[in-house]
Amino acid sequence: MDSSTFFSISTLSYFIAMALYISYVAFRKSAIAITATTVMILGFFFQSIALILRWVDSYNLWVSTTPSTTFIESILRGAPLRNLYESLVFFVWCLVLIHLIIEFKYKTRTLGAFVMPVAALALAFIDVSGMSKEIQPLIPALQSNWLLFHVFLSFIGYAAFGVSFAAALAYLVMATESRTERAYIFWSITVGIFLIVLIAMGIDYLSMSTASQGDFIRNYFLKATFKSSSGGVVTLSWVLSIAFILLLWRYGLGLKKILTGLAITKNMLEEIEYKSIAIGFPLFSIGGLIMGAIWANSAWGTYWSWDPKEVWSLITWLIYAGYLHARFVAGWRGKKVAVLALIGFIGVVFTYLGVNLFLSGLHAYGGL
Amino acid sequence: MADKEKTNIFDRLWSFFASLKLAIVLLLLLAVTSIIGTIIEQNVEPARNIQLLSKIFGVEAAPTVYNIFVKLGFMDMYHSWWYTTLLTLFSLNLTICSLEKFPKTWRLVKKPLTPLSENAMKNMLIKKEATIKTSLNVAKDEFLNSLRASRYHVFEATEDNGVQLYSQKGNYTRLGVYIVHCSILLILAGAIIGARFGFDGFINLPEGGASSVVYTNSGEPIPLGFIIKCNWYDTRYYIGTDTPQEFQSELVIIDDGREVLKKQIEVNSPLTYKGITFYQSSYGMIPDAIGEFILKITSRSGNEKTMHLQFGDTFEIPEAGIKGEIVDFSPALGRDPQTGQLVTYAETMVNPAVAIEFSMKGEAHQGEKKFKGWILKRYPETGILPGGHKIEFIDYWGVEYTGLQVSKDPGVVIIYLASIVMSIGLYIAFFMSHKKIWVRLIPETSGRRNSVRVIIAGSASKNRLALERQIEHILSRASEAMEQRQPQKK
Repeated sequence: MDSSTFFSISTLSYFIAMALYISYVAFRKSAIAITATTVMILGFFFQSIALILRWVDSYNLWVSTTPSTTFIESILRGAPLRNLYESLVFFVWCLVLIHLIIEFKYKTRTLGAFVMPVAALALAFIDVSGMSKEIQPLIPALQSNWLLFHVFLSFIGYAAFGVSFAAALAYLVMATESRTERAYIFWSITVGIFLIVLIAMGIDYLSMSTASQGDFIRNYFLKATFKSSSGGVVTLSWVLSIAFILLLWRYGLGLKKILTGLAITKNMLEEIEYKSIAIGFPLFSIGGLIMGAIWANSAWGTYWSWDPKEVWSLITWLIYAGYLHARFVAGWRGKKVAVLALIGFIGVVFTYLGVNLFLSGLHAYGGL
Repeated sequence: MADKEKTNIFDRLWSFFASLKLAIVLLLLLAVTSIIGTIIEQNVEPARNIQLLSKIFGVEAAPTVYNIFVKLGFMDMYHSWWYTTLLTLFSLNLTICSLEKFPKTWRLVKKPLTPLSENAMKNMLIKKEATIKTSLNVAKDEFLNSLRASRYHVFEATEDNGVQLYSQKGNYTRLGVYIVHCSILLILAGAIIGARFGFDGFINLPEGGASSVVYTNSGEPIPLGFIIKCNWYDTRYYIGTDTPQEFQSELVIIDDGREVLKKQIEVNSPLTYKGITFYQSSYGMIPDAIGEFILKITSRSGNEKTMHLQFGDTFEIPEAGIKGEIVDFSPALGRDPQTGQLVTYAETMVNPAVAIEFSMKGEAHQGEKKFKGWILKRYPETGILPGGHKIEFIDYWGVEYTGLQVSKDPGVVIIYLASIVMSIGLYIAFFMSHKKIWVRLIPETSGRRNSVRVIIAGSASKNRLALERQIEHILSRASEAMEQRQPQKK
């Protein structure tokens, strides 16, 4: 079997695990939770095999085109972190790994209902965006030893931020009391927008499936809904979206009832939220910003060129720096900082995907 | 009176900048304003941004909005007066906040550790108890050893009913955050030095061309103080594809009339001379350039000859009695998939090919025999002639230029230093913790044998689990050592 078969199996497992985690939260049968963990570990196992196989494949590709490089260098050049598809897969891998660690450390399986959807969203994004899954030859700018470390650390950081997002969201669900509360309105709208964008992309994908796989998503992003040529469709999209958010806002409080009484407390969620940020922040600073700057200096002659990707990672860094100071120095607690954690992750998503989708710049090879 | 007012203003300014609220506001304000420059393309021709603005504000309003945005500095916003002001406020705030907090932290670091009262010990989160059959002195010795082996700084206090060892390590980790703050100031300092004493420029050098100046983005020449020359430029492709694998140029530095440095540069592998670095950044074809064909001929017997030829030139392979004439060139020779005819499919040198008309003379050929053949640079097998002679198409030289990004940045050293300092600071601040362990030893006599009751308590600024494991480790190491000492005493 080749790597893509294993990837498919792991994707399927993750989706099943997500469904199981959610039904565990809904029905509270511990047997479901144990099955969810088992399925997730299976998925993780298959994904690890798939990653290794893909690494071997791209190592072989590199060696076949450049036989003169040393063994170590060829391994570094073969690292499956060279385009958006591979990085998303790796992001999911990190996310599941961190989730597994938390699950065993905190002995709670509830967080899975929040973390696994993030993983599933990332995997769904791969398919609805129609990005290329091919193993591509490494372009000159990426032929550097920094690639592996820069991308590797950045993504562990991103994944840690993803976990903090899940924890902060769960926290807000549990901590908000009424529909008029600002924190409540904020989380319901945020989740609503995340879901609407993904659904809209799914519709793009279904209606534009005639477009070739290699087509850049930029060309048809939201063209089937919000940017449709027909005015009726545009109006309908907006009306449905607003209705969707209103529904979420109206019935979101129900989630709170479901969550309370499970083996998870607000304190635990808050702790997971800030601990993930405390891990993600230094890794992202060192791997993402510092190593990125050093690499940029050796490749482009400038360590900082105000390229959109750089600016967005700075924005993300500033938000999380704000979070850490608000929490540890100013003593903010609870909903206020949880909202900051959500905003931080919006920054991550934009740094990671938004820049590649909407803005041009030096990091264009991270495209689809 | 005037003096008093001055100090008041100074005090007020100081407390304004020492405010943590300001820090959080500035962090978030920088984050929000930075977004503008990622949406509006920076330093590009006006038309592009007017086009973008007309999508948002309508075609009519766009030029007006554009002019307002220009006045606000949005077209080069990261260098605009207000963004620079924000950064300056940020660094002032960072400095003053740190200065304000540092003495308090330092006092905490320097504050001597004290033994724990019985009650306080009871309330500690991390606690462990054991009774070991040994004497108080042995127990004290071994716990001292065990704590020290884990690099704890240990003190001891005699108590009414026994001894307390109190120890800590990593109390300097509180300073990690100040190290990070310093590194940020270092980065800003490095950036200022770079902007003040460095430059960014570019130069396009044709193959064989040289220059003693480079140009800034606005077109002003900057003298280098030496000459940079490009010997050749080449794009290497992945075998069998048109995907570039590497962009390379061979550069030579000529200083004082002498060739002092020669290097083949690639993306990710620049050349540096006298603090000025040359990066491979682009390439292209020189319009209407006439180049020179470099062919390497290897005869069957192994004689090699490299020739530089012009269009229409002829050459000879004496051993074979073959004459060749250069009759055609294509920068990118391919076969049309429909018609099967040879076509040039790109303007750039993706797949350069030279057409040579051969004429063979000699007994074997009975008079003269002519034929035309294409030799492709990327496919050396196309250059093998009947009879085992070989022609390699090395390059069509002199028609491409290499685009070099040139920069001098004396601030980079500081940036690198700051990077190291920041990594260390982050590591200390986030991954190291201040740990304290208290060990209370109470001798007990049960029957004939001496035993010691051990109560261990600990606290850690982060990662309690790790401390729990460490305490278990310290306990087990001490008790093992005591067990080993037992038989010797008897």
